[in-house]
Amino acid sequence: MEALISLAVRSIFIENLALSFFLGMCTFIAVSKKISTAMGLGISVMIVQAITVPANNLLLTYLLAPGALAWAGFPDVDLTFLGLISYIGVIAALVQILEMVLDKYFPPLYNALGVFLPLITVNCAILGGSLFMVERDYDFAEAATYGLSSGFGWALAITLMAGVREKLKYSDIPNGLQGLGITFITAGLMAMAFMSFSGVKL
Amino acid sequence: MAHKRREMLIDPLVDNNPITLQVLGICSALAVTSSLQVAFVMALAVTLVTAFSSMFISMIRSQIPGSIRIIVQMVIIASLVIVVDQLLKAFAFEISKTLSVFVGLIITNCIVMGRAEAFAMKNPPFESFIDGIGNGLGYGLILMLVGVVRELFGSGSLFGFTILETVNNGGWYVPNGLLLLPPSAFFIIGLLIWAFRSWKPEQVEEREYKIQTVETH
Repeated sequence: MEALISLAVRSIFIENLALSFFLGMCTFIAVSKKISTAMGLGISVMIVQAITVPANNLLLTYLLAPGALAWAGFPDVDLTFLGLISYIGVIAALVQILEMVLDKYFPPLYNALGVFLPLITVNCAILGGSLFMVERDYDFAEAATYGLSSGFGWALAITLMAGVREKLKYSDIPNGLQGLGITFITAGLMAMAFMSFSGVKL
Repeated sequence: MAHKRREMLIDPLVDNNPITLQVLGICSALAVTSSLQVAFVMALAVTLVTAFSSMFISMIRSQIPGSIRIIVQMVIIASLVIVVDQLLKAFAFEISKTLSVFVGLIITNCIVMGRAEAFAMKNPPFESFIDGIGNGLGYGLILMLVGVVRELFGSGSLFGFTILETVNNGGWYVPNGLLLLPPSAFFIIGLLIWAFRSWKPEQVEEREYKIQTVETH
């Protein structure tokens, strides 16, 4: 349990997907102009991340890893090279299912998140989360924790960023730096701030 | 026609750069630039994947039904990325370890998808191939520029060869440790965008609010 909490804290603050691995940057920069939309996107990323990372973990353990097909009578088969295409397939399928479920049972939530859901399939934070899970050999419990907390970390980062940008638009910025340029520099300063968590050990 | 093709190759380098203007593919641009060699391999991989995926998608563009085009594009791109990933693991294992998840993340690199959707679905294969190369090079250019700054001033070397002798090795240069850490990539790209836009003022974004000077008498 303690190990899981420490993993959660680490993936929210220290190894923040957006600010220390630069994942999901395209949407991070493009959709962080208003706090409300940023928060909507952040929450959808968190939900999708919390589902896809454990799902991909199951896929890896029972289908792809070397020897994982022993239950089907193929103990020598190693399908890890199919990893990338299967993960992205799972992500695309789950996003689609989530969209349909939300549409049917939670229409208000669907209307709030609707436009962002398809975008999430191509958000690198989601695929990145699954790939980190594979690279670090997480078991199922760790994968579930990691999915939820790294999604939360991303949501936190984009909401903070939107907060800064909402104030920033009133300021007098040199012409060439206007828009994209100053956004990058702001993100850099935020990344530095998040780095100060790096000494924290639980 | 030849003139148009050359334009397609050169246009994405500065005038319509995928990173500084179209805001595509930033994720990996920031993460792999702390050493030049890695940045170079990454740029090469992205260029190849973009060019070939654009070409293949353009070849079958009239057969793809509109409703499932994203999935079809995704499958083509993912297969190409698997090829690149396996090649790297076979011939450049060290570099593939350093790139870690970022090779896989080429799949979700918006440049590849963006060019497939915006260009390859409407144009013939050869043009799409050139367009893919051009955009890959535009991405590579920024990657290399950031990589040069980060490696030269962060560890005093280029491509692993020492340029500025660091203090630790008995030289004179005190390396700037910040440049090896993630935040520096944000600053460098931000400043690069500033430089690009001062050079090409038509790329400057509109302000949402203008500061008005009120005359007081």
